[in-house]
Amino acid sequence: MRGQLPNKWFYNLWLSVVLILLVMYACFFSEHLSRMFEKEADTKAACSPNTNSSVDDKARLLYEQPKIIPHRTDVVFASPWLAPIVWQSSFNSILLDGIYKPMNITIATTVFALGKYVRFLKDFLGTAEIHYMVGYKVDFYIFTDSPGDVPNVTLAEGRRVKVMKVPSSNRWQDISARRMEMIQLLIENTIRGQADYIFCLDVDSKFYAHFGVEALGRLVATIHPNYWFLGRDQYTYERRPESRAYIPLGEGDFYYGGAVFGGLLEDVRAMTKTCSQNFEADTANGIEAAWQEESHLNRYFLYNKPSKLLSPEYLWMDVAGWNKEIKLVRFSGVEKNYAEIRPN
Amino acid sequence: MLGSNFMKIFSLCLTVVLLLMICYAFYFSNNIRSRFSEGSDVIETNAACSPITIPVSTHLSDVKSRTRDMLAPEGLLYTQPTVFPSRTDVVFASPWLAPIVWEGSFNIALLDSIYKPMNLTIATTVFAVGKYVAFLKDFLETAEIHYMVGYKVDYYIFTDRPGDVPNVTLAEGRRVRVMKVPSSNRWQEISARRMEMIQLLIENTIRGQADYIFCLDVDSKFHAHFGVEALGRLVATIHPSFWTLQRDQFTYERRPESRAYIPLGEGDFYYGGAVFGGLLEDVRAMTKTCSQNFEADTANGIEAAWQEESHLNRYFLYNKPSKLLSPEYLWMDVAGWNKEIKLVRFSGVEKNYAEIRPN
Repeated sequence: MRGQLPNKWFYNLWLSVVLILLVMYACFFSEHLSRMFEKEADTKAACSPNTNSSVDDKARLLYEQPKIIPHRTDVVFASPWLAPIVWQSSFNSILLDGIYKPMNITIATTVFALGKYVRFLKDFLGTAEIHYMVGYKVDFYIFTDSPGDVPNVTLAEGRRVKVMKVPSSNRWQDISARRMEMIQLLIENTIRGQADYIFCLDVDSKFYAHFGVEALGRLVATIHPNYWFLGRDQYTYERRPESRAYIPLGEGDFYYGGAVFGGLLEDVRAMTKTCSQNFEADTANGIEAAWQEESHLNRYFLYNKPSKLLSPEYLWMDVAGWNKEIKLVRFSGVEKNYAEIRPN
Repeated sequence: MLGSNFMKIFSLCLTVVLLLMICYAFYFSNNIRSRFSEGSDVIETNAACSPITIPVSTHLSDVKSRTRDMLAPEGLLYTQPTVFPSRTDVVFASPWLAPIVWEGSFNIALLDSIYKPMNLTIATTVFAVGKYVAFLKDFLETAEIHYMVGYKVDYYIFTDRPGDVPNVTLAEGRRVRVMKVPSSNRWQEISARRMEMIQLLIENTIRGQADYIFCLDVDSKFHAHFGVEALGRLVATIHPSFWTLQRDQFTYERRPESRAYIPLGEGDFYYGGAVFGGLLEDVRAMTKTCSQNFEADTANGIEAAWQEESHLNRYFLYNKPSKLLSPEYLWMDVAGWNKEIKLVRFSGVEKNYAEIRPN
């Protein structure tokens, strides 16, 4: 009797525990259940061709409630002129895709792969297919002097490559400088009316993580990974007043990278045209800006504020060290063996 | 003997621990789920059929407006922008990357240097019907001190008593235009007709004459700077009473029969109807939709919980604003103190309802 009692009591206890478990988990999951049923009903309502529904323009997108209290406090999410700065956790991809996908946009994307730089195309395109504007129509424009060396990379539906043949050059600086003009002419002659946005990227890089429509905007610049924690007087702006890329000490917002910029066609056209003209004016005066087009780009963006800034997550370098603010590297320049690739 | 006692105690403790774990999981289930999904959280998306279009902007058009580029002058000196925040208590951009304007988020010298050369005109509507004319004097006087100072402002005062509009001295480039409207005994009706009147104002009067429009409640005063940092394509203001609450507690219209309906589980912020604005075309589209929806509701014998504000909230949920103003821009004198509100810029005055109702 004494031996039996603990067992019976024990089993009764376990039984009640199991029952409580079941009840509680039912409560826990009932939220899911009711949502699933709701979802079905809503799905049916939204899909049916219903012209007289009082809620016929109701979207069915569910996402976490936007917060007033920040999730991250280590970085700033808007510039002093109120352009958003895009960092990990500043945006909701599901929501943004819900907004942009129905717009059926096309994103033109330029890369310059001259001379030995063609070797970077395979990784660039391969990783772009995994991470870059996935699910959207992308037209890659590959400027190269050796079209035969452009690798055959399988692209997803709605994405294609167009090869633009350009003359060779021995100086990478020259290639870099002519980019602006070529992008301007591409917009004017080829992609106007065919694309909604354009992004101009360096080819000697790979995508490592999501790089999507959160980056889209009217005029988009990227904060260079090397200078964002420095004083503005340490930025490698062009400092000679004779150059059209000149920025005096005491002025400057950020140092922007020439490897990633973009925006609406007209706005990028205006920018590339100005930079190209200024570069040519400099050349006529026998001067070349410290970092060629990047110097001109920086001057342009100082006096024509970008409408959106991308954090250095969008323009990193494989050789760079670790920074605690960079939670995610999305696009990064690969480590290069300069002996192999220079001169072009 | 020891064994059976031990077993009893052990079972008891185990039960208690299990119960606590279950309660914890149940209570914090939302948090747990949201922490497990990285970054962009979603419970479910309706992938079965394409979501109805949420038009986000008109910026894909080729129309080049004067306000498109943000040109800053050479030689302007200001504090260097930094990636390291000076304020960490509030968020400065929405999840769709619209900036949220708080004290400390913007540099007004820089913004003025960008906007002043554009030679803008900012149309500003207020409705002062019936006894609400009493609020006009303070509204206009404080606006002259704080609101869009240095810019051209056209105040459009909708009133049924043009004779009672006070004579307030305005700065250069600023003027008042009185728009006569019919009286009403119900404030809800006045509130409801606002949307249509703003739409018609844009279509018939101010198109081509103003660049931006702001629509403000008249029973309020300006207490601090309210300037061009507030300008944007489509601007909504976060209501002071709900920004700390869960979305299911927002006073959205919850009846599916109404065109202002927002289901539980959806919603970004609760926006206030007392302050909104933007480019003319974008505000026109918004006021027109809200007005039409309000009329459709009326035809169906239903009036949304907070009239036009309910319709405004639904519109802004599915047509994301391009910029949000913090509750600094829409406060209430009767509200308590909040540590996040460093500055009250525009605030509804304490009203003696006996004096002003009915209109």
